[in-house]
Amino acid sequence: MKTIKEINEKIKKGDAVVVTAEEIIDLVGKKGAKKAAQEVDVVTTGTFGPMCSSGAYFNIGHSKPRIKIGGGACKLNDVPAYCGLAAVDIYLGATAIPEDDPRNKVFPGEFKYGGGHVIQELVSGKDVRLEATSYGTDCYPRKKLDTLVNIKDLNEAVLFNVRNCYQNYNVAVNLSDKTIYTYMGMLKPKLGNANYCSAGQLSPLLKDPHYKTIGIGSRIFLGGGTGYVAWQGTQHNPSVKRKENGIPQAPAGTIAVIGDLKQMKPQYLVGISMLGYGVTMAIGIGVPIPVLNEEIAAYAAAKDEEIYTQIVDYGEAYPQMVPGSLGEVNYAQLKSGRITVHGKEVPTGNLSSYSKACQIAEELKAWIKKGEFFLSEPVAPLPAAESGYTLKPLKERPIPEAGK
Amino acid sequence: MISKKIVLHFPTRLVDEPIVYKLVKDYDLKFNILKASVTPQEEGLMVLELSGKTEDYDKGVEYLKSCGVKIQSLSHDIRRNEAKCTDCGVCIPICPVEALAVDPKTRKVTFESKKCIACELCVKICPTRAMEVHF
Repeated sequence: MKTIKEINEKIKKGDAVVVTAEEIIDLVGKKGAKKAAQEVDVVTTGTFGPMCSSGAYFNIGHSKPRIKIGGGACKLNDVPAYCGLAAVDIYLGATAIPEDDPRNKVFPGEFKYGGGHVIQELVSGKDVRLEATSYGTDCYPRKKLDTLVNIKDLNEAVLFNVRNCYQNYNVAVNLSDKTIYTYMGMLKPKLGNANYCSAGQLSPLLKDPHYKTIGIGSRIFLGGGTGYVAWQGTQHNPSVKRKENGIPQAPAGTIAVIGDLKQMKPQYLVGISMLGYGVTMAIGIGVPIPVLNEEIAAYAAAKDEEIYTQIVDYGEAYPQMVPGSLGEVNYAQLKSGRITVHGKEVPTGNLSSYSKACQIAEELKAWIKKGEFFLSEPVAPLPAAESGYTLKPLKERPIPEAGK
Repeated sequence: MISKKIVLHFPTRLVDEPIVYKLVKDYDLKFNILKASVTPQEEGLMVLELSGKTEDYDKGVEYLKSCGVKIQSLSHDIRRNEAKCTDCGVCIPICPVEALAVDPKTRKVTFESKKCIACELCVKICPTRAMEVHF
Protein backbone atom coordinates (compact mmCIF):
# COMPACT_ATOMS: atom_id res chain seq x y z
CA MET A 1 0.00 0.00 0.00
CA LYS A 2 2.81 2.44 0.91
CA THR A 3 6.58 2.17 0.73
CA ILE A 4 9.25 3.55 3.05
CA LYS A 5 10.51 5.61 0.10
CA GLU A 6 7.09 7.24 -0.29
CA ILE A 7 6.91 7.95 3.43
CA ASN A 8 10.36 9.57 3.31
CA GLU A 9 9.19 11.78 0.41
CA LYS A 10 6.32 12.94 2.60
CA ILE A 11 8.68 13.57 5.54
CA LYS A 12 10.86 15.67 3.23
CA LYS A 13 7.88 17.76 2.19
CA GLY A 14 6.69 18.04 5.77
CA ASP A 15 3.47 16.20 4.91
CA ALA A 16 3.99 12.96 6.83
CA VAL A 17 1.32 12.07 9.37
CA VAL A 18 3.06 10.84 12.49
CA VAL A 19 1.34 9.56 15.65
CA THR A 20 2.65 7.88 18.78
CA ALA A 21 1.99 4.23 19.59
CA GLU A 22 -0.57 5.48 22.14
CA GLU A 23 -2.38 7.71 19.66
CA ILE A 24 -2.67 4.95 17.03
CA ILE A 25 -4.69 2.89 19.54
CA ASP A 26 -7.53 5.43 19.63
CA LEU A 27 -7.32 6.06 15.92
CA VAL A 28 -7.63 2.39 14.97
CA GLY A 29 -10.34 2.02 17.61
CA LYS A 30 -12.41 4.81 16.07
CA LYS A 31 -11.73 4.45 12.37
CA GLY A 32 -10.53 0.89 11.93
CA ALA A 33 -7.11 -0.33 10.81
CA LYS A 34 -7.77 0.17 7.11
CA LYS A 35 -8.67 3.85 7.41
CA ALA A 36 -5.92 4.46 9.95
CA ALA A 37 -3.35 2.88 7.64
CA GLN A 38 -4.42 5.26 4.87
CA GLU A 39 -4.15 8.29 7.12
CA VAL A 40 -1.05 7.56 9.16
CA ASP A 41 2.47 7.22 7.79
CA VAL A 42 4.55 6.58 10.89
CA VAL A 43 3.89 5.33 14.43
CA THR A 44 6.54 6.24 16.99
CA THR A 45 7.26 3.95 19.93
CA GLY A 46 9.39 4.48 23.03
CA THR A 47 10.87 2.72 26.00
CA PHE A 48 13.16 3.71 28.88
CA GLY A 49 14.45 1.11 31.27
CA PRO A 50 17.49 -0.72 32.63
CA MET A 51 19.28 -2.57 29.82
CA CYS A 52 22.35 -4.34 31.17
CA SER A 53 23.95 -5.54 27.94
CA SER A 54 25.01 -2.03 27.03
CA GLY A 55 28.26 -0.18 26.80
CA ALA A 56 30.38 2.10 24.70
CA TYR A 57 33.65 1.88 22.84
CA PHE A 58 36.13 4.67 22.52
CA ASN A 59 39.23 5.48 20.56
CA ILE A 60 41.09 7.74 22.93
CA GLY A 61 43.81 8.94 20.51
CA HIS A 62 47.53 8.19 20.68
CA SER A 63 49.62 9.70 23.44
CA LYS A 64 53.18 10.93 22.96
CA PRO A 65 55.10 8.65 23.38
CA ARG A 66 52.64 5.94 22.39
CA ILE A 67 51.10 3.40 24.74
CA LYS A 68 49.53 0.06 23.83
CA ILE A 69 46.56 -0.24 26.17
CA GLY A 70 45.49 -3.32 24.20
CA GLY A 71 46.62 -6.30 26.25
CA GLY A 72 47.18 -4.02 29.24
CA ALA A 73 44.67 -2.66 31.72
CA CYS A 74 42.69 0.54 31.99
CA LYS A 75 40.10 2.28 34.13
CA LEU A 76 37.73 5.18 33.55
CA ASN A 77 36.95 6.95 36.84
CA ASP A 78 38.22 3.79 38.53
CA VAL A 79 35.85 1.54 36.57
CA PRO A 80 37.71 -1.12 34.55
CA ALA A 81 37.21 -1.10 30.79
CA TYR A 82 37.97 -3.90 28.33
CA CYS A 83 41.35 -3.59 26.62
CA GLY A 84 41.55 -6.69 24.42
CA LEU A 85 41.54 -4.57 21.27
CA ALA A 86 44.07 -2.44 19.38
CA ALA A 87 46.38 0.05 21.09
CA VAL A 88 43.93 2.79 22.07
CA ASP A 89 40.48 1.24 21.53
CA ILE A 90 38.63 0.38 24.74
CA TYR A 91 35.11 -0.82 25.58
CA LEU A 92 33.36 0.15 28.78
CA GLY A 93 30.44 -2.04 29.85
CA ALA A 94 27.47 -0.60 31.74
CA THR A 95 27.73 -3.16 34.56
CA ALA A 96 31.47 -2.78 35.26
CA ILE A 97 32.33 -1.70 38.82
CA PRO A 98 35.52 -0.49 40.50
CA GLU A 99 37.82 -3.25 41.72
CA ASP A 100 37.53 -1.96 45.30
CA ASP A 101 33.73 -1.75 45.32
CA PRO A 102 32.62 -3.79 48.37
CA ARG A 103 30.09 -5.60 46.15
CA ASN A 104 27.80 -7.79 48.27
CA LYS A 105 30.25 -8.20 51.18
CA VAL A 106 27.87 -6.24 53.35
CA PHE A 107 24.57 -7.45 51.99
CA PRO A 108 22.76 -5.92 50.20
CA GLY A 109 25.55 -4.00 48.47
CA GLU A 110 24.82 -0.47 47.31
CA PHE A 111 26.75 -0.45 44.01
CA LYS A 112 26.97 3.32 43.92
CA TYR A 113 29.05 3.80 40.79
CA GLY A 114 29.96 1.87 37.68
CA GLY A 115 30.17 1.79 33.91
CA GLY A 116 26.66 3.16 33.38
CA HIS A 117 27.45 6.18 35.53
CA VAL A 118 30.75 6.81 33.69
CA ILE A 119 28.94 6.76 30.35
CA GLN A 120 26.32 9.18 31.69
CA GLU A 121 29.05 11.54 32.94
CA LEU A 122 30.87 11.42 29.60
CA VAL A 123 27.62 12.21 27.77
CA SER A 124 27.06 15.11 30.19
CA GLY A 125 30.36 16.56 28.98
CA LYS A 126 32.19 15.95 32.24
CA ASP A 127 35.91 15.15 32.30
CA VAL A 128 36.66 11.54 33.20
CA ARG A 129 39.96 10.17 34.54
CA LEU A 130 41.63 7.57 32.36
CA GLU A 131 44.33 5.40 33.92
CA ALA A 132 46.12 2.79 31.86
CA THR A 133 49.04 0.47 32.31
CA SER A 134 50.82 -1.70 29.81
CA TYR A 135 54.02 -3.69 29.27
CA GLY A 136 55.78 -1.53 26.67
CA THR A 137 56.97 -2.53 23.21
CA ASP A 138 59.43 -1.07 20.72
CA CYS A 139 56.63 0.71 18.90
CA TYR A 140 54.55 1.52 22.01
CA PRO A 141 57.17 2.19 24.70
CA ARG A 142 55.01 3.89 27.32
CA LYS A 143 53.86 1.84 30.29
CA LYS A 144 51.63 4.24 32.21
CA LEU A 145 49.04 6.84 31.45
CA ASP A 146 46.96 8.97 33.83
CA THR A 147 44.95 11.74 32.26
CA LEU A 148 41.59 13.45 32.10
CA VAL A 149 39.60 12.81 28.94
CA ASN A 150 36.49 14.47 27.58
CA ILE A 151 34.02 13.01 25.10
CA LYS A 152 34.54 15.90 22.71
CA ASP A 153 38.24 15.06 22.36
CA LEU A 154 37.82 11.33 21.77
CA ASN A 155 38.14 10.19 18.15
CA GLU A 156 35.18 7.87 18.47
CA ALA A 157 32.68 7.43 21.26
CA VAL A 158 30.09 4.91 20.18
CA LEU A 159 27.30 3.34 22.18
CA PHE A 160 27.11 -0.32 21.21
CA ASN A 161 24.61 -2.42 23.12
CA VAL A 162 24.40 -6.11 22.36
CA ARG A 163 20.95 -6.60 23.86
CA ASN A 164 18.33 -3.89 24.34
CA CYS A 165 14.66 -3.36 24.05
CA TYR A 166 13.30 -6.73 25.20
CA GLN A 167 10.03 -7.61 23.53
CA ASN A 168 8.05 -8.21 26.71
CA TYR A 169 9.45 -9.17 30.11
CA ASN A 170 8.62 -11.21 33.21
CA VAL A 171 6.75 -9.90 36.21
CA ALA A 172 9.01 -10.69 39.17
CA VAL A 173 7.63 -11.84 42.53
CA ASN A 174 9.11 -13.58 45.54
CA LEU A 175 7.41 -16.62 47.05
CA SER A 176 10.17 -17.24 49.60
CA ASP A 177 10.03 -16.02 53.19
CA LYS A 178 12.93 -13.57 52.99
CA THR A 179 13.44 -10.29 51.13
CA ILE A 180 15.51 -10.72 47.98
CA TYR A 181 17.47 -8.18 45.94
CA THR A 182 17.38 -8.78 42.21
CA TYR A 183 17.88 -7.01 38.90
CA MET A 184 14.10 -6.59 39.03
CA GLY A 185 14.45 -4.63 42.26
CA MET A 186 13.82 -5.51 45.88
CA LEU A 187 11.20 -8.23 46.19
CA LYS A 188 9.50 -8.52 49.53
CA PRO A 189 8.80 -12.02 50.89
CA LYS A 190 5.60 -13.97 50.31
CA LEU A 191 4.36 -11.96 47.35
CA GLY A 192 5.02 -8.58 48.98
CA ASN A 193 5.29 -6.82 45.63
CA ALA A 194 5.37 -7.55 41.91
CA ASN A 195 7.88 -5.71 39.70
CA TYR A 196 7.62 -5.52 35.94
CA CYS A 197 9.71 -3.81 33.29
CA SER A 198 8.13 -2.76 30.03
CA ALA A 199 6.45 0.24 28.46
CA GLY A 200 3.69 -2.15 27.31
CA GLN A 201 1.65 -0.44 24.61
CA LEU A 202 4.49 1.99 23.79
CA SER A 203 7.28 -0.59 23.68
CA PRO A 204 8.90 -0.89 20.22
CA LEU A 205 8.98 -4.64 19.59
CA LEU A 206 5.52 -5.19 21.09
CA LYS A 207 4.08 -2.91 18.41
CA ASP A 208 5.68 -4.80 15.55
CA PRO A 209 5.44 -8.30 17.02
CA HIS A 210 6.60 -10.19 13.91
CA TYR A 211 9.41 -7.73 13.06
CA LYS A 212 7.75 -6.85 9.75
CA THR A 213 9.26 -3.35 9.67
CA ILE A 214 11.99 -3.38 12.34
CA GLY A 215 15.10 -5.08 11.03
CA ILE A 216 18.86 -4.83 10.75
CA GLY A 217 19.68 -1.32 9.60
CA SER A 218 16.54 0.35 10.98
CA ARG A 219 17.28 3.92 12.02
CA ILE A 220 16.11 4.59 15.59
CA PHE A 221 16.09 7.09 18.45
CA LEU A 222 18.92 5.95 20.72
CA GLY A 223 19.76 7.71 23.97
CA GLY A 224 18.56 11.06 22.63
CA GLY A 225 20.53 10.75 19.39
CA THR A 226 20.27 8.72 16.22
CA GLY A 227 21.21 5.07 16.19
CA TYR A 228 20.67 1.93 14.20
CA VAL A 229 19.64 -1.66 14.77
CA ALA A 230 22.92 -3.54 14.28
CA TRP A 231 21.74 -7.11 14.64
CA GLN A 232 19.26 -9.18 16.58
CA GLY A 233 20.14 -8.80 20.26
CA THR A 234 21.69 -11.58 22.28
CA GLN A 235 19.10 -14.02 23.69
CA HIS A 236 16.74 -13.10 20.81
CA ASN A 237 14.03 -15.71 21.24
CA PRO A 238 11.22 -15.17 18.75
CA SER A 239 9.66 -18.63 19.02
CA VAL A 240 8.07 -18.27 22.49
CA LYS A 241 4.31 -18.75 22.85
CA ARG A 242 2.23 -15.99 21.33
CA LYS A 243 -1.37 -14.87 21.69
CA GLU A 244 -3.73 -14.85 18.72
CA ASN A 245 -2.78 -11.21 18.13
CA GLY A 246 0.80 -12.36 17.48
CA ILE A 247 2.19 -10.79 20.65
CA PRO A 248 4.65 -12.93 22.61
CA GLN A 249 3.48 -13.87 26.12
CA ALA A 250 7.00 -13.97 27.55
CA PRO A 251 10.40 -12.32 26.91
CA ALA A 252 11.04 -12.79 23.17
CA GLY A 253 12.80 -10.64 20.58
CA THR A 254 15.70 -8.27 21.32
CA ILE A 255 17.86 -5.91 19.27
CA ALA A 256 21.53 -4.96 19.27
CA VAL A 257 21.89 -1.23 18.68
CA ILE A 258 24.65 1.19 17.81
CA GLY A 259 24.95 4.96 17.62
CA ASP A 260 27.20 7.99 18.07
CA LEU A 261 27.46 8.64 21.80
CA LYS A 262 28.55 12.23 21.15
CA GLN A 263 25.03 13.16 19.99
CA MET A 264 23.28 11.54 22.92
CA LYS A 265 21.80 13.16 26.02
CA PRO A 266 22.34 12.32 29.70
CA GLN A 267 18.60 12.27 30.45
CA TYR A 268 18.24 9.25 28.14
CA LEU A 269 21.36 7.37 29.30
CA VAL A 270 21.21 7.09 33.06
CA GLY A 271 23.59 5.10 35.24
CA ILE A 272 21.62 3.20 37.87
CA SER A 273 22.32 1.15 41.00
CA MET A 274 20.28 -1.91 41.87
CA LEU A 275 20.56 -2.65 45.58
CA GLY A 276 22.19 -6.02 46.20
CA TYR A 277 22.58 -6.64 42.48
CA GLY A 278 24.89 -4.22 40.73
CA VAL A 279 25.24 -1.27 38.43
CA THR A 280 23.59 -0.89 35.06
CA MET A 281 22.24 1.76 32.74
CA ALA A 282 18.71 2.88 31.83
CA ILE A 283 18.48 3.59 28.14
CA GLY A 284 15.91 5.45 26.08
CA ILE A 285 15.03 3.91 22.72
CA GLY A 286 12.35 4.85 20.21
CA VAL A 287 11.68 2.95 17.02
CA PRO A 288 9.58 4.41 14.21
CA ILE A 289 7.15 1.99 12.57
CA PRO A 290 6.30 2.80 8.96
CA VAL A 291 2.60 2.12 8.46
CA LEU A 292 2.97 0.29 5.16
CA ASN A 293 -0.41 -1.41 5.25
CA GLU A 294 -3.48 -2.25 7.30
CA GLU A 295 -1.86 -5.23 9.00
CA ILE A 296 1.01 -3.12 10.37
CA ALA A 297 -1.47 -0.49 11.61
CA ALA A 298 -3.46 -3.20 13.41
CA TYR A 299 -0.32 -4.58 15.10
CA ALA A 300 0.79 -1.09 16.12
CA ALA A 301 -2.60 -0.50 17.75
CA ALA A 302 -2.23 -3.27 20.34
CA LYS A 303 -3.13 -1.89 23.74
CA ASP A 304 -2.07 -2.74 27.28
CA GLU A 305 -5.17 -4.93 27.78
CA GLU A 306 -4.06 -7.14 24.89
CA ILE A 307 -0.43 -7.56 25.89
CA TYR A 308 0.14 -10.43 28.32
CA THR A 309 3.16 -11.57 30.27
CA GLN A 310 4.15 -14.21 32.83
CA ILE A 311 4.54 -13.91 36.59
CA VAL A 312 7.78 -15.58 37.66
CA ASP A 313 9.04 -16.47 41.15
CA TYR A 314 12.51 -14.98 41.65
CA GLY A 315 12.80 -16.53 45.11
CA GLU A 316 13.37 -20.02 43.73
CA ALA A 317 12.29 -20.71 40.14
CA TYR A 318 14.31 -18.01 38.35
CA PRO A 319 17.68 -18.52 40.06
CA GLN A 320 17.38 -22.32 39.84
CA MET A 321 16.36 -22.25 36.14
CA VAL A 322 13.07 -23.98 36.92
CA PRO A 323 10.65 -23.20 34.10
CA GLY A 324 7.07 -22.24 34.78
CA SER A 325 4.82 -19.35 35.48
CA LEU A 326 2.60 -18.41 38.41
CA GLY A 327 0.07 -16.95 36.03
CA GLU A 328 -0.46 -14.49 33.25
CA VAL A 329 -1.41 -10.81 33.49
CA ASN A 330 -1.76 -7.98 31.01
CA TYR A 331 -0.17 -4.55 31.19
CA ALA A 332 -3.44 -2.79 31.97
CA GLN A 333 -3.67 -4.91 35.12
CA LEU A 334 -0.02 -4.23 35.96
CA LYS A 335 -0.45 -0.48 35.46
CA SER A 336 -3.55 -0.43 37.68
CA GLY A 337 -1.14 -0.84 40.60
CA ARG A 338 -2.40 -4.22 41.82
CA ILE A 339 -2.53 -7.74 40.44
CA THR A 340 -3.76 -10.96 41.96
CA VAL A 341 -1.25 -13.79 42.38
CA HIS A 342 -2.22 -17.08 44.05
CA GLY A 343 -5.35 -15.36 45.33
CA LYS A 344 -3.41 -12.54 46.98
CA GLU A 345 -3.58 -8.90 45.96
CA VAL A 346 -0.05 -7.71 45.23
CA PRO A 347 1.06 -4.10 44.59
CA THR A 348 2.99 -3.57 41.36
CA GLY A 349 5.95 -1.38 40.45
CA ASN A 350 7.49 -0.67 37.04
CA LEU A 351 11.25 -0.50 36.52
CA SER A 352 10.64 1.02 33.13
CA SER A 353 9.56 4.66 33.07
CA TYR A 354 6.32 5.07 31.15
CA SER A 355 6.51 8.85 31.31
CA LYS A 356 9.99 8.79 29.71
CA ALA A 357 8.71 6.33 27.08
CA CYS A 358 5.97 8.87 26.21
CA GLN A 359 8.57 11.65 26.01
CA ILE A 360 10.71 9.56 23.65
CA ALA A 361 7.79 8.69 21.36
CA GLU A 362 6.84 12.40 21.28
CA GLU A 363 10.40 13.55 20.62
CA LEU A 364 10.86 11.08 17.78
CA LYS A 365 7.51 12.18 16.37
CA ALA A 366 8.67 15.82 16.46
CA TRP A 367 11.95 14.94 14.69
CA ILE A 368 10.09 13.18 11.87
CA LYS A 369 7.53 15.97 11.52
CA LYS A 370 10.31 18.55 11.29
CA GLY A 371 12.02 16.49 8.59
CA GLU A 372 15.07 15.84 10.75
CA PHE A 373 14.69 12.07 10.87
CA PHE A 374 14.05 9.75 7.93
CA LEU A 375 13.10 6.11 8.01
CA SER A 376 15.48 3.51 6.70
CA GLU A 377 14.75 0.33 4.84
CA PRO A 378 16.03 -2.67 6.84
CA VAL A 379 18.87 -4.42 5.02
CA ALA A 380 18.01 -7.81 6.53
CA PRO A 381 15.14 -9.02 8.71
CA LEU A 382 15.40 -10.10 12.34
CA PRO A 383 14.86 -13.85 12.76
CA ALA A 384 11.10 -14.27 13.24
CA ALA A 385 8.93 -16.85 15.01
CA GLU A 386 9.08 -19.38 12.20
CA SER A 387 12.88 -19.11 11.81
CA GLY A 388 13.61 -21.72 14.47
CA TYR A 389 16.00 -19.28 16.18
CA THR A 390 15.90 -19.98 19.94
CA LEU A 391 17.53 -19.25 23.27
CA LYS A 392 19.38 -22.31 24.58
CA PRO A 393 20.54 -22.90 28.15
CA LEU A 394 24.19 -23.74 28.77
CA LYS A 395 24.99 -27.45 28.71
CA GLU A 396 27.87 -27.91 31.10
CA ARG A 397 30.35 -30.61 30.16
CA PRO A 398 33.05 -32.15 32.37
CA ILE A 399 36.66 -31.10 31.74
CA PRO A 400 38.71 -34.10 30.60
CA GLU A 401 41.50 -35.03 33.01
CA ALA A 402 45.00 -33.99 31.94
CA GLY A 403 46.95 -36.60 29.99
CA LYS A 404 43.88 -38.47 28.74
CA MET B 1 -4.86 15.42 71.42
CA ILE B 2 -1.93 15.94 69.15
CA SER B 3 0.30 13.53 67.23
CA LYS B 4 3.41 14.58 65.37
CA LYS B 5 6.38 12.94 63.74
CA ILE B 6 9.59 14.61 64.80
CA VAL B 7 13.31 14.15 64.42
CA LEU B 8 15.41 14.54 67.55
CA HIS B 9 19.11 15.26 67.43
CA PHE B 10 20.89 14.43 70.67
CA PRO B 11 24.29 16.02 71.28
CA THR B 12 27.00 13.58 72.45
CA ARG B 13 26.67 14.55 76.11
CA LEU B 14 23.00 13.51 76.21
CA VAL B 15 23.30 10.13 74.59
CA ASP B 16 23.42 8.27 77.95
CA GLU B 17 20.43 10.02 79.48
CA PRO B 18 16.93 8.46 79.57
CA ILE B 19 15.26 11.41 77.93
CA VAL B 20 12.51 9.59 76.09
CA TYR B 21 11.58 7.77 79.29
CA LYS B 22 10.94 11.12 80.93
CA LEU B 23 8.57 12.08 78.12
CA VAL B 24 6.39 9.18 79.21
CA LYS B 25 6.86 9.41 82.96
CA ASP B 26 6.67 13.16 83.48
CA TYR B 27 4.66 14.36 80.50
CA ASP B 28 2.33 11.44 79.87
CA LEU B 29 3.19 11.23 76.17
CA LYS B 30 2.97 8.19 73.93
CA PHE B 31 5.79 7.51 71.53
CA ASN B 32 6.51 5.23 68.65
CA ILE B 33 10.14 5.00 67.54
CA LEU B 34 10.36 5.03 63.75
CA LYS B 35 14.12 5.12 63.66
CA ALA B 36 17.03 5.50 66.05
CA SER B 37 20.78 5.58 65.69
CA VAL B 38 23.76 6.60 67.75
CA THR B 39 27.06 7.15 66.04
CA PRO B 40 30.18 6.76 68.21
CA GLN B 41 31.68 10.14 69.12
CA GLU B 42 28.82 11.80 67.32
CA GLU B 43 25.24 12.71 67.96
CA GLY B 44 22.26 10.46 68.45
CA LEU B 45 19.33 10.63 66.12
CA MET B 46 15.78 9.52 66.73
CA VAL B 47 12.67 9.72 64.64
CA LEU B 48 9.61 9.63 66.87
CA GLU B 49 5.90 9.74 66.49
CA LEU B 50 4.91 11.60 69.64
CA SER B 51 1.32 11.93 70.81
CA GLY B 52 -0.63 13.12 73.83
CA LYS B 53 -2.61 16.10 75.09
CA THR B 54 -1.59 19.33 73.37
CA GLU B 55 -0.63 20.85 76.72
CA ASP B 56 1.55 17.87 77.65
CA TYR B 57 3.03 17.74 74.19
CA ASP B 58 4.12 21.37 74.35
CA LYS B 59 5.62 20.90 77.80
CA GLY B 60 7.41 17.75 76.65
CA VAL B 61 8.89 19.54 73.65
CA GLU B 62 9.91 22.40 75.94
CA TYR B 63 11.67 19.86 78.18
CA LEU B 64 13.52 18.35 75.21
CA LYS B 65 14.71 21.80 74.12
CA SER B 66 15.83 22.65 77.66
CA CYS B 67 18.00 19.52 77.63
CA GLY B 68 19.69 20.67 74.43
CA VAL B 69 17.90 18.31 72.04
CA LYS B 70 17.38 19.81 68.61
CA ILE B 71 13.92 19.18 67.21
CA GLN B 72 12.93 19.08 63.59
CA SER B 73 9.64 18.25 62.00
CA LEU B 74 9.85 15.06 59.98
CA SER B 75 8.22 16.06 56.72
CA HIS B 76 11.38 17.73 55.46
CA ASP B 77 13.55 14.73 55.89
CA ILE B 78 13.02 12.63 52.78
CA ARG B 79 13.07 14.56 49.55
CA ARG B 80 12.64 13.51 45.99
CA ASN B 81 15.32 14.90 43.72
CA GLU B 82 13.29 15.59 40.60
CA ALA B 83 16.35 16.00 38.43
CA LYS B 84 17.48 12.48 39.28
CA CYS B 85 14.09 10.71 39.30
CA THR B 86 13.26 8.97 36.02
CA ASP B 87 9.63 8.37 37.08
CA CYS B 88 9.91 4.60 36.78
CA GLY B 89 7.83 3.75 39.86
CA VAL B 90 9.72 0.79 41.29
CA CYS B 91 9.56 2.55 44.70
CA ILE B 92 5.78 2.56 44.77
CA PRO B 93 5.01 -0.95 46.06
CA ILE B 94 7.93 -0.71 48.53
CA CYS B 95 6.51 2.30 50.39
CA PRO B 96 4.63 1.02 53.46
CA VAL B 97 2.39 4.10 53.73
CA GLU B 98 1.58 4.81 50.06
CA ALA B 99 3.41 8.13 50.08
CA LEU B 100 4.63 7.36 46.57
CA ALA B 101 2.26 6.96 43.64
CA VAL B 102 1.96 7.44 39.88
CA ASP B 103 -0.16 10.34 38.71
CA PRO B 104 -2.53 8.64 36.26
CA LYS B 105 -2.54 11.70 33.99
CA THR B 106 1.10 12.67 33.76
CA ARG B 107 2.44 9.16 34.52
CA LYS B 108 5.00 10.81 36.72
CA VAL B 109 5.83 9.64 40.22
CA THR B 110 4.43 11.77 43.02
CA PHE B 111 5.71 11.93 46.58
CA GLU B 112 3.42 13.04 49.40
CA SER B 113 5.86 13.97 52.13
CA LYS B 114 3.06 14.36 54.70
CA LYS B 115 2.45 10.62 54.62
CA CYS B 116 6.17 9.72 54.77
CA ILE B 117 7.42 8.00 57.93
CA ALA B 118 11.08 8.22 56.88
CA CYS B 119 11.66 4.47 56.88
CA GLU B 120 14.12 5.11 54.02
CA LEU B 121 13.29 1.95 52.08
CA CYS B 122 12.84 4.02 48.92
CA VAL B 123 16.18 5.76 49.52
CA LYS B 124 18.04 2.48 49.27
CA ILE B 125 16.17 0.87 46.41
CA CYS B 126 15.80 3.86 44.08
CA PRO B 127 17.89 2.94 41.00
CA THR B 128 18.99 6.56 40.43
CA ARG B 129 19.17 7.34 44.18
CA ALA B 130 16.68 10.14 43.67
CA MET B 131 15.14 9.81 47.16
CA GLU B 132 17.40 11.74 49.49
CA VAL B 133 17.67 12.04 53.25
CA HIS B 134 18.09 15.58 54.53
CA PHE B 135 18.74 16.29 58.20
